[in-house]
Amino acid sequence: MTARIFAYIVHKDGVLDDTAAELLAAAKKIDPSASPTALVTGSGAELDTVCNSLCTSYAEVWKIASESLAYPNAELVRQALTKLLPAGALVLVPHNHFGIDLGPGLSIKMNAAFVSDVVGIDGVDGTALKVVRQEFGGQVSTHVRCNISSGAVINLRPGAFKPVQSAPVAGVVIDKSAEVGAVTAKRRYLTTVVAEAGDVDISKEPVLISIGRGIQEKDNIGIAEELAEAMGAVVSCSRPVVDAKWLPKSRQVGSSGQTVKPKIYLACGISGSFQHLAGLKGNPFIVAINKNPKAPIFQVAEVGIVTDMLEFLPELTNKIRAMKQVSV
Amino acid sequence: MEILVCARRVPDTSENEIQLNGAGNDIERDDLVYSINEPDNYAVEEALQIVAKSGGNVTVATVGTDEDEEILRREMAMGANHGVLLSDDAFNGSDGKGIATVLKGFVQKNRFDLVLTGVQAEDGGAQVGGMLAAMLDYPFASLVNSIEVVDGTKLKISREIEGGNREMSEIDLPCVLSIQTGINEPRYVGMRGIRQVASLEIPTYGASDLGVDAASVGEAAANVKRDDYFVPVLGKGATILEGSNEEIADKLIAMMKAKGGLQ
Repeated sequence: MTARIFAYIVHKDGVLDDTAAELLAAAKKIDPSASPTALVTGSGAELDTVCNSLCTSYAEVWKIASESLAYPNAELVRQALTKLLPAGALVLVPHNHFGIDLGPGLSIKMNAAFVSDVVGIDGVDGTALKVVRQEFGGQVSTHVRCNISSGAVINLRPGAFKPVQSAPVAGVVIDKSAEVGAVTAKRRYLTTVVAEAGDVDISKEPVLISIGRGIQEKDNIGIAEELAEAMGAVVSCSRPVVDAKWLPKSRQVGSSGQTVKPKIYLACGISGSFQHLAGLKGNPFIVAINKNPKAPIFQVAEVGIVTDMLEFLPELTNKIRAMKQVSV
Repeated sequence: MEILVCARRVPDTSENEIQLNGAGNDIERDDLVYSINEPDNYAVEEALQIVAKSGGNVTVATVGTDEDEEILRREMAMGANHGVLLSDDAFNGSDGKGIATVLKGFVQKNRFDLVLTGVQAEDGGAQVGGMLAAMLDYPFASLVNSIEVVDGTKLKISREIEGGNREMSEIDLPCVLSIQTGINEPRYVGMRGIRQVASLEIPTYGASDLGVDAASVGEAAANVKRDDYFVPVLGKGATILEGSNEEIADKLIAMMKAKGGLQ
């Protein structure tokens, strides 16, 4: 395996994203002897801080500094990388909102292959990189072969590759800014609008009754609210409920919503996409209630109930109310 | 504004339990309920809302076979002006780049100000829009969750980033945007609407019509290929509670009490 491996480093406010270590772990799965090169774009002192902190794990760090790259606009980053990357390179990119923006177009500009949202790497077989992906919302996985003979952009799912401990290296920062020169794009970043706070802060609640597509219609939300009231809990939800405008965005658990850390999480009619699970931290006691026994949520839940939530939740609510009346 | 929406017909994961077939080389497709890929439907609705304000036409195109015509008709019943099927044996087995290559051929035979795709389909690729933009040298933005037409030369858009925050940008036309679910509330399509478009002719274009080199698409050109399908094992799996709903409720209450979630 002679292809050179690069890792695009996501960082913010001078701090490395968790994926910086994950991409390194993934590179070692492609080739245990690989010494991947970190690609870092940005500007100012923050960029230097990031580059220096990478030097203990990456042997070579390519620094690409430019005022226009101060905010990571994928349209600009793509141009910069296209100018720099050698033919046949393997480029690892986190499959987050930035990587989804960058990866597919970068592969075209490099005339390389692209494989997205990779969750596992099985190694190299000739000119094929063998990877694992998921389809149908995580209900099934596939072994995929990606032809890397002309290079490839590999988008890796954040959290899927566990960082590995290895001896620190004495890395060097190489300033590639002059080779990149000026970049301009037909898409210009304006500002970031921070999400509005909701009526309740689900990130602080110890017990969440979380509802997904299985709630079926807006009128059924009362079923979850009654259970929450009986338990002294709060209703949260997955993306489809917010898309349908049945609950506000502030109630959404997931990578594009809130990160929560409850003690108990009742996932009702939630399939358990990785974007949803990414918002669930602190190792809660997860109870999955879903009609579909193939739903991925059952693989991460402690306890599973294969039933229609719309029938089960009222039963549970009644039992809890009766119990509380007795104990009063 | 002339708008193209690239759409795909997929098994509806909310309606289906996905099972593997006996050989493990595909999912069992016999009894699946198919529908338009959900984000693509939001993209069509967004296109319809833009032309309602700014004028123009909405064309919906899909790369597929005769079976895929049904989603084109559905989106025409929603209000799209044209439905176009891009179909050729040479397209079979295309990877994301192959699909983007076919769509590029169609875009270049026409004049569109704006090209929309759904953010991703059932394979979770999230790739065709970004590839198409790069092939056309159009600017691109993914995960778009609002669009405002500034004038005939540019749009103001927002992208969904972490924590529900929104990244605001200005983007020049023509451009390609991948649309996130929740950007709008797609209108309902009734049976009456579907019947009204049932007999409309859907034009079909193949590789030669589109100026697509057959060697650049299809299985032979694909860089990314599936070996097989399998059912993932993520964790140790849940303990499944058995019994009537009443019995299960009792068990669950005892467990939640033990965990301190019920006083």
